[in-house]
Amino acid sequence: MQKKRKLGRGVAVVGAGMSKFAMYPDKDSKDLFAEAFNEMRSSVDKGLEPNDIDALYVGNFTNDFFMHQGHWGPIISDLIGLAPKPATRTEGACAASALAFREGVFAIASGFYDIVLVSGVEEMSKRPTAEVTEGLALASVPYESRVGFTFPGVFGAIATDYFAKYGATRDHLMNVTIKSHNNARLNPKAQFNMTISDLMKARIERAKKKGEPVPEWKDEKEALWDPRFNPQVAWPMYLYDCCPISDGAACMLLVAEEIAKNFTDNPLHVIGIGQGSGRGLHAAPSLTSFEANKNAAAEAYGMSGLTPKDIQFAEVHDCFSMAELIHIEDLGFFEEGTGFKAVEEGLTRLDGPMPINTSGGLKCKGHPVGATGIGQLIEVWKQLRGEAGERQIPKKDLHIGAAQNLGGTGGTCTVTILERR
Amino acid sequence: MEAKPFSDISYEQFLNEDKLMGSRCKKCGALFVPPRSICIKCYGSEMEWVEMKGKGKLAAFTVISIGPPFMMEEGYDRKNPYCSGVVDLEEGARVDARIEGLDTTKPETIRIGIPLTAQFLHRGEGEKMTTFLAFKPS
Ligand SMILES: [Zn+2]
Repeated sequence: MQKKRKLGRGVAVVGAGMSKFAMYPDKDSKDLFAEAFNEMRSSVDKGLEPNDIDALYVGNFTNDFFMHQGHWGPIISDLIGLAPKPATRTEGACAASALAFREGVFAIASGFYDIVLVSGVEEMSKRPTAEVTEGLALASVPYESRVGFTFPGVFGAIATDYFAKYGATRDHLMNVTIKSHNNARLNPKAQFNMTISDLMKARIERAKKKGEPVPEWKDEKEALWDPRFNPQVAWPMYLYDCCPISDGAACMLLVAEEIAKNFTDNPLHVIGIGQGSGRGLHAAPSLTSFEANKNAAAEAYGMSGLTPKDIQFAEVHDCFSMAELIHIEDLGFFEEGTGFKAVEEGLTRLDGPMPINTSGGLKCKGHPVGATGIGQLIEVWKQLRGEAGERQIPKKDLHIGAAQNLGGTGGTCTVTILERR
Repeated sequence: MEAKPFSDISYEQFLNEDKLMGSRCKKCGALFVPPRSICIKCYGSEMEWVEMKGKGKLAAFTVISIGPPFMMEEGYDRKNPYCSGVVDLEEGARVDARIEGLDTTKPETIRIGIPLTAQFLHRGEGEKMTTFLAFKPS
């Protein structure tokens, strides 16, 4: 049984901003962070005096490998005029900024600070793909990388066990991909604003223009089954099962609950936070569940007093289509081994009973690894405040949403639950 | 052999000698491959070496088209993908390994549960020797 955990005092989110996630040949981490920071400032309904921020936490994973610079706390605090106030970098692979969020929550809950900026930034696209893959492998399980496993390979192996146990197929994974693209088309901050159909049309047009053989696909799945459109990366993970390489930044303003009204009449309350750690495939109790997820979920549900049924929608870490199925089961939204059926039945669509990854997820919104955790929480913020535009969840009385972030291949997982009261 | 520390370095050294070795907790009997020096079941720290027979079954796998540089250097690529997998050993432990001897151009025909036998893929010689644990169909 999980011990019931609580914060020393309540923490609220009163502002949020992000850069568009994309590949930016002409912008660096600082440029993207400045965009996120400016958007965050303008999102604070009653205004923010930047000088009032007590401390900064910034999540980042691979910039030391790619940019040969790892000391991002002071660089970012200088950028936004916060120096000499404290700035701390958090590292948790692709969950780096969810850890920044947690540290910010703890700093306020402890009573030490009142106003904290939590954030994440990552700059990946300026390096060749092989080098990016090598950089991400910094978070691999050594026993796995030793025998040739890559990140898509690990999720591929998980998929083979999932398929064998529950009868799912690649066809079911495609439902996840198609849904992500449909949602992302409605998200102006997403790296890919196109549905699979849009991408097919573009491909056909290009073939016609170039006088190449024109593909004939009767529907989206037929294109996804075509290795010319969707080549294998690591069986059974294909290109369209994998998130892209992205640059981006995201930040959120956290304050003590008792002063939230000074910033907005519409704050979100941090009612559940959880984290867990996990082991490699060979040592994990199950290949089709992350023990780090279960621990994170148990902490977050325990703190909030909620059950999975109380969560109205969620952003989950779909670095690969397979991962989305594992997460929606680990968090208890669907029974183990039934996630693929839920997606097939449309239950996780924007207009379904349990919308998942309304932002387009990592697959389509993009995955600048260190910025992803806060990026997910920003989608929860937008949806709960009714500011999600075309992709606003049509459900009535939306007041509780969750985000689940994963680092490595399940080595670090976090679950965060936000509430609008 | 008894004097070797229960570490990843020892595990690799044994692989060079064509031995797949694990550690067993003297207090509770838990088996760990690769070896652990601290028992994560009972927190005991008294271990003994156990040699695996090298027989197992395929628990999960992937066929990788885009591998890391060291696999590309071995000649693997999109046209010649390689297989990595998780193997359930007869002794009850689970290990990560390269899987050889399967038709990687038809991954949909590879079946979980097939019986496998350990193989030791040596690269380099003498001091520079390194060994990859692999399995092939029995
Ligand atoms: Zn023991």
